[in-house]
Amino acid sequence: MRTPAHLADLAPGQFATIAAIEAHAGLRNRLEALGLSRGQRVQMLRRAWLAGPLHVRVGMTELMLRRADAARVSLDPWQVAA
Amino acid sequence: MAGGGVSTIAVLGMPNTGKSTLFNQLTGSHAHIGNWPGLTVDLMQASVDLQGTPAQLVDLPGIYDLRGHSDDEAVVRRFLESTRLDLVVVVLNASQLDRQLRLVLQVRQLGLPAVLLLNMADEAKRFGVSIDTASLAQDLAMPVVLISAKYRRGLGEARHQMAKALSQELTLQGSDGVQAAVANLEACLADGDDALQLQIAQLLESSVTLPPQWRDRLTRRLDAVLLHPLLGLPLFFLVMALMFQAIYAVGVPVQELLATLLDRFGQGVIAPWISSLPAFVQGFLLEGVYQGIGTVSAFLPVIFLFFLAMGVVEDSGYLSRAAYLMDAFMERLGLDGRSFVLSLMGFGCNVPAILGTRVMRDRGLRLLSMLIIPFSLCSARLNVFLFMASVFFAPRVGGLVIFGLYVMSFAAAILTALLFKGRFSSGEPLVLELPPYRFPTLRQMVSRAWLEVRHFWFWARRFIIFGVMAVWLLNNLPFGVEPASAHSLSGELGTALMPLLGPIGINPKLAVALVFGFIAKEIVLGGLAVIYSQANPVALGHALALDVNWVQAVSFMLFTLLYTPCLSTVAVIRSESKSAKFTWFSVLWSLALAWLASYVFYQLAMALGWGGMAVR
Repeated sequence: MRTPAHLADLAPGQFATIAAIEAHAGLRNRLEALGLSRGQRVQMLRRAWLAGPLHVRVGMTELMLRRADAARVSLDPWQVAA
Repeated sequence: MAGGGVSTIAVLGMPNTGKSTLFNQLTGSHAHIGNWPGLTVDLMQASVDLQGTPAQLVDLPGIYDLRGHSDDEAVVRRFLESTRLDLVVVVLNASQLDRQLRLVLQVRQLGLPAVLLLNMADEAKRFGVSIDTASLAQDLAMPVVLISAKYRRGLGEARHQMAKALSQELTLQGSDGVQAAVANLEACLADGDDALQLQIAQLLESSVTLPPQWRDRLTRRLDAVLLHPLLGLPLFFLVMALMFQAIYAVGVPVQELLATLLDRFGQGVIAPWISSLPAFVQGFLLEGVYQGIGTVSAFLPVIFLFFLAMGVVEDSGYLSRAAYLMDAFMERLGLDGRSFVLSLMGFGCNVPAILGTRVMRDRGLRLLSMLIIPFSLCSARLNVFLFMASVFFAPRVGGLVIFGLYVMSFAAAILTALLFKGRFSSGEPLVLELPPYRFPTLRQMVSRAWLEVRHFWFWARRFIIFGVMAVWLLNNLPFGVEPASAHSLSGELGTALMPLLGPIGINPKLAVALVFGFIAKEIVLGGLAVIYSQANPVALGHALALDVNWVQAVSFMLFTLLYTPCLSTVAVIRSESKSAKFTWFSVLWSLALAWLASYVFYQLAMALGWGGMAVR
């Protein structure tokens, strides 16, 4: 299987480490405030059907975000684990 | 705003930290809406006595980041720049210090005197997070207190530390003048993110122990069912249906009881009391002013119950799950799942649903939601439709007509969202926290529902009472005219509107009923009874059926469904949007859509020759 490059590609249950946030200031700010910043470990919990939102956990926080936004969070290719 | 020896304390915190609960616990029920010039949102404030020092406590909107780009973040910045503060109380969620410490560090960068309260200490303990408050206090150079606002733990200590910090601050100010509002806020915060990140890591290292693994098994198990790709949505609709049933099973009888009591009081006490006055003045006082008060009060029980239910959904953590479940659909409409929950609630009553949009903090999203909620077919409109359907249609066809009106209600909301999503676009990305499931406490919910009822009473009463009085005058002027007859002002208005309403099949009498309906759909049937001089519902039905055909009746129902639901809805749109322009826009758009839908239906049906068709 191809290694997921972005948070939006992560399969349910998989862990990964955030490499960078490539988003405009508003989105970047919000993601970081909720804990999604460089070096943080994230886990994909579930993905809604019909291209719906994603449910992820980072640190002590669980959150939902849309796929388009999650595609702006790139992952460290060497740090993805099931 | 402070001045006169009263200190000002701001309560600042991230969303979902229980900040408002804490604020309510600290202030009791004395909070009121403060008037802060230049701010676009309401701030609650209250006078408190902190161990002998009088202070004003101000509840700021929940924000993530003092440098953030959201509306609320701009409001808080503006507030800090324009207000002289003696103390900032920072509220953080104790179990999420890993990301929330940022806010308290930013407050420190601003050089504001602060006390840090770590709320939800009970939850942190349950999740295995332990915090060394002494070490944290030393590192941050400010008092740190673990509390649980919901269960009222640690509040005494919090008050004590606030009082102590305040008196120290006041002594300090005594020596070197008055603390000013924050100047150069942006510059103070310019310190790089990396430096902040490093400080957070150091603080966590020295004072906080996080569990190696997430421990909340209850939340994980509940989410496996409630967010299930197949089961999630049916369960969501079941929950909504039950909630809806519960609110209106209790609310409607209470509302009716209240109406009966007010009516009896009016007839039994007020009427004899003012019986010496001229008949016109009597009518104005009793059917204008007193009826207006009755119209406002009728909403109070439903608002109270609605916010009890809303409190359960929101505080339990289910509201953000609803957003998750409905997002795939709502995203395409420029809305999110929370607007969906509120629109559904609007099928009971639009007024609390519009008040409830406050859970959405983004202004564009809120306005768009407020624009679509009035299309929800509320219980007052349903009453009108049930009556009309029984008059004009055989039971089976009548059921279909009612169903069709529900479909139209959804269609109007979706069309409106699609047309205006560009205009009221959401500036904030939808990234929502899914908090762990929690049991709301009754006390907390009752106090919140009570607050909402007071809020509504405060904002809406003058507007509504004035509106009811105005329509009464329309129906009863000029002096001596038969109420709501062709020669009254509203009758004249109905006739004058004929060039506009004729093409949609509305005759002058129905037009007057629509004028009544502008106040509230509850009084449309009463209005029709006055207009046709038929108090008995069966006789009224016959009179109606003789006067108009079924195509006209359906056109009237369509118009009633889509135009302004009631004066109270307009009043809350005005108070919640804080924009007269938006309120006008909402009213005019719904009128335009109502006219268009009725026009298309009426002209088409008449062209097809349906007007003479028997449907009974």
